[in-house]
Amino acid sequence: MKKELLKIEDLHVSAENKEILKGINLKINKGEIHVIMGPNGSGKTTTANAILNNPAYIKQSGKIMFESEDITNLSTDEIARKGIFMSFQLPEEIPGVSVTNFLKYAKNKITGEPVKIFAFKEELKKYMEELNMNSKNMERSLNVGFSGGEKKKNEILQMLVLNPKLAILDETDSGLDVDAIKTVSKGIQMFKNENNAVLIITHNTKILNSLKVDYVHVLVDGKIIKTGSQELAEEIEENGYSQYK
Amino acid sequence: MSKTKVDEINRNIYDIKNKDEYEFKIKKGLTPEIIKEISKQKNDPEWMAEFRLKALEVYNKLELPTWGPDLSELNMDEIATYVRPKSKLNNSWEDVPEDIKNTFDKLGIPEAEKTSLAGVGAQYDSEVVYHSMKEELIKQGVIYTDMETAVREYPELVKKHFMKCVPVSDHKFVALHGAVWSGGSFVYVPKGVKVDIPLQSYFRLNSPESGQFEHTLIIVDEGASLHFIEGCSAPKYNKVNLHAGCVELYVKENAYLRYSTIENWSKNMLNLNTKKAIVEKNAKMEWVSGSFGSKISMLYPMSILNGEGAKTEFTGISFAGKGQNLDNGFKVVHNSPNTSSVVNAKSISKNGGKCTYRSLVRINENAKNSKALVSCESLMLDDISISDTIPVNDIQTDEVEFSHEAKIGKISDKTIFYLMSRGLSEEDAKAMIVRGFAYPISKELPVEYAVEMNNLINLELEGAIG
Repeated sequence: MKKELLKIEDLHVSAENKEILKGINLKINKGEIHVIMGPNGSGKTTTANAILNNPAYIKQSGKIMFESEDITNLSTDEIARKGIFMSFQLPEEIPGVSVTNFLKYAKNKITGEPVKIFAFKEELKKYMEELNMNSKNMERSLNVGFSGGEKKKNEILQMLVLNPKLAILDETDSGLDVDAIKTVSKGIQMFKNENNAVLIITHNTKILNSLKVDYVHVLVDGKIIKTGSQELAEEIEENGYSQYK
Repeated sequence: MSKTKVDEINRNIYDIKNKDEYEFKIKKGLTPEIIKEISKQKNDPEWMAEFRLKALEVYNKLELPTWGPDLSELNMDEIATYVRPKSKLNNSWEDVPEDIKNTFDKLGIPEAEKTSLAGVGAQYDSEVVYHSMKEELIKQGVIYTDMETAVREYPELVKKHFMKCVPVSDHKFVALHGAVWSGGSFVYVPKGVKVDIPLQSYFRLNSPESGQFEHTLIIVDEGASLHFIEGCSAPKYNKVNLHAGCVELYVKENAYLRYSTIENWSKNMLNLNTKKAIVEKNAKMEWVSGSFGSKISMLYPMSILNGEGAKTEFTGISFAGKGQNLDNGFKVVHNSPNTSSVVNAKSISKNGGKCTYRSLVRINENAKNSKALVSCESLMLDDISISDTIPVNDIQTDEVEFSHEAKIGKISDKTIFYLMSRGLSEEDAKAMIVRGFAYPISKELPVEYAVEMNNLINLELEGAIG
């Protein structure tokens, strides 16, 4: 039996006084990988931000349920503690806070339990190896002076460490070379299991190649206009979005 | 060591008010009679009694500074300049009166003495109530004592250096200091002696409507080295208290001195402190400074690089909250070739607090091949806070490397959202950003002070979110 994780009902969202999402409906069950594709400006990033309740995005109507609980108006940190994670398109830089200390602090906030330092560092090291990350980055300030690829890998590292129930990856693949995309894919595979889910927001299909995607949604002008299987992504790769406009 | 994990502390520690009990409190105001009475109470030698009266004359001639924060609320007729606590100088904590000892206990001084310090001085109001140093340093000829004892027991050393680095004519509050100074520490490190573990003096002002005017005189002789830590705090009263201490540092040839300060005065304090170092050939002077308290602070430590190859570094942070005007900075004079100065100053302001970085870099004509690098960065936590940078650069030769970088920033909503998406509350997120901003400074502080600074940042941020 499929267990429902996230359910978005008729969500309307505006930003800077402009309506961007015009009635989104989406249901994600445990164990699934969903993909949202769409042209620039269609509302992909807005969808991710709205789920995390970024105050810069105003919800006009609609509802977001997570594990049968209404999270529409919870604060971002409460939503994160419920088990939703978002990988940022442009991760923020935090000078003076090392990757290790940041993650330890965040893990403690997410789990509500003290973090065992030795085991934690070992875990971190293991993940960094898997993601081809330089272990020196552990002690560097979070994202400061990181290359674009390092920042994105760092987001995946955070996902693995914080181990959410739902991971939303907002254009994590954009601007990455082929090898880095493979690494990100690998991170997703490591993370993914029967009890969690992934929502990938992208406009290219390379990242999907080695993943078993359950649903592909096409988002155009604030609405999901088509949902299909992995083949839909391939078709868009070939023909673009023009037929949906 | 985790820098981001911060233990809860009791904010009341700094605000413990002991009953205003004293053995002697001089009447308020500033007249020759009052100065003579201070001399009498302190058993000054004749030269010191005369010195005080001359300083008072200079004080009366000098005007208040015409720049910087408004000091008009300071009325010297309302300030008692000398308050002798009900305690003599002790070298055992057990002999320090209970209430005074409790205060220092809560500030963690005796504990730090046991674990991480080579010597401790503790001043309460106008007099030093405790002074002690490890036996092996005494054997090596290191002197660490209260200033009064130094005047009595090392008159030649004191006469030669006392208010020579900072002359009373420097400005009005130095003149005031010269007239009413009391307490403070004297340190002499003989040639070649390396003091590996820091010495620390802590200054506590308990008495309301009074002033603290401690004098710190440190001589690090040729090839010697020392780390000296200064801490200060006071409980809050409704009326103005005044701190006009004076720090004179002599760093001889090839010597090294680090002078660290954590200043946490209460927010009714006017902190008009003067600190200066004379740095000789190939010697190095490092300043580390955390300025959190005070209503008004005017504090500009100064290094005078007299000897060829002399070096100085200033690493400082100011944190101004509601009603605070912290006008801090650093001054350096390059007087010889191949000298260098590096400044890394930061400030944080919130709830309408004002931080100003005011600085002087003077490179004289003969200071060829010298280097002066200044970086100051400020962070404002809201739209009503103020941050300013007022540098004066006077460079008289082309053969120098000089740079001045200034950055003013705010915490962006995007950054807060990013951290909140990782489970941090808005308050946690802001505190983490601020601690990270302060980290380059806090890592230079002794560990327990770094922790204290993080705690202070958390305290300062509590309730910052409406």
